[in-house]
Amino acid sequence: MENMKLKLKVWRQGGKYTKPQFVTYDLDGVSDHMSFLEMLDVLNEKLINLKEDPIAFEHDCREGICGTCSLVINGYPHGPMQQTTACQLHMRHFRDGETITIEPWRSRAFPIVKDLVVNRDAFDRIIQAGGYISVDTGQAQDGNAIAIEKDQASHAFDAATCIGCGACVAACPNASAMLFTAAKVSHLAQIPQGKVEADSRVQRMIAQHDAEGFGKCSNITACEAECPKAISVEHIARLNRQYIASSLGSEKVVS
Amino acid sequence: MGKFLSSSIGQKVIMSLTGLFLITFLIVHLIGNLQLILSQDEGYSFNSYAYFMTNNPVIKLTSYGLYAFILLHAIQGTYLYIQNKKARGSQGYAVTRYRTAGESKNSIYMGSLGLVILAFIIVHMVQFWAQMHFTDNVGAFTAEGYEGAKDLYALVSKTYENIWIVLFYVASMVFIAFHLWHGFRSAFQTLGLNHKKYTPFIKALGWSYAVLVPFGFAVIPVVMYLRHQGIL
Repeated sequence: MENMKLKLKVWRQGGKYTKPQFVTYDLDGVSDHMSFLEMLDVLNEKLINLKEDPIAFEHDCREGICGTCSLVINGYPHGPMQQTTACQLHMRHFRDGETITIEPWRSRAFPIVKDLVVNRDAFDRIIQAGGYISVDTGQAQDGNAIAIEKDQASHAFDAATCIGCGACVAACPNASAMLFTAAKVSHLAQIPQGKVEADSRVQRMIAQHDAEGFGKCSNITACEAECPKAISVEHIARLNRQYIASSLGSEKVVS
Repeated sequence: MGKFLSSSIGQKVIMSLTGLFLITFLIVHLIGNLQLILSQDEGYSFNSYAYFMTNNPVIKLTSYGLYAFILLHAIQGTYLYIQNKKARGSQGYAVTRYRTAGESKNSIYMGSLGLVILAFIIVHMVQFWAQMHFTDNVGAFTAEGYEGAKDLYALVSKTYENIWIVLFYVASMVFIAFHLWHGFRSAFQTLGLNHKKYTPFIKALGWSYAVLVPFGFAVIPVVMYLRHQGIL
């Protein structure tokens, strides 16, 4: 279909919208081949021509790998399609004449910058707290120089596919960032270089997660359902296991 | 230790361990209470069981632990509920549509379900426990070897003559079933026990438990009411 008509209910905040509110826009001429972000580009083009403030939303690679886009579409983070980022969502999944509600991620730890843009520095600070390897691993290794089982490498890779978009926080009824933190902890703890600091890493990253004001996980699994990379809550279990074990057994005291 | 218990995972571990204790308690409670309907001896078995439960020092000590764990589970749960509401921020979503990956939707309402269950526990304890311990409303159980025992069976039997109380108990068991449906399985996930080898077993066990145990409890007032009405 080449000429879809849509009603868009968009969250506007900042600029002339000193009082944050939903603003409704009518948009026609939308092609079902457009991506969701291209549809917003068309709307913004129209707003600019009308000398209005375009809608601020984040985007970068537009191919589903950077984790920058962050829209809650009709109540679903990244929209109704599972395992799909908003930029890879196409308008063919919407009906002609449909009303689409677009909101930013809602979390106390992700303050809104403008309209649909939120500040996700909290994730960066969790990574800074422990999402790295500081022991010397030497020069780039020869292939297969470090022994690791295929299964384990694959599990680590499953966790490493996290693009840090924050959909888990947006989806969680408790606004918890446990799936993100678990993915980072689980990714590094399962590879030989990362195992060395596993105990202190999990302690530091959880301390930072809590300090940022994210909620507490109650195993609802909404995060896994909305994660564009379908990262499993099994990683949260591994995180819990490591946190409990390192709290009880680690020689190291992390302040 | 304080740092562990106040961390987000530590707080959940408290919920998990107290929850698992309460799950174990429910089995003991159900087995004991089934004597209300299984042994039709005018309450002799049930009253002697109640006498044992109120006088054995080990059981007495455990019961104080039980009260403490119920309170801890409720207080910690309320605190988590408040913190989690705060974490969303002042502005919530205009449209909320929760999808989950394998967990039931009632996992979202554990706090509200818990509040209903707490109200039930209070009513339940006022009706039986407080009446037995602090009032003279309960007659004596006169049987050899049970000096000073009370006829708790008569109190229970009298209480369940009222159809509204029976319905209240049955309805409360539905809430408990929903709470356990998520709680049982969630307790293991919180402790980090999630594995291809045994998680399917824990899930199946949890679902059977969540249905069978509340069902067993719900049967007791219904059967006692029907017997009183002469239907059974």
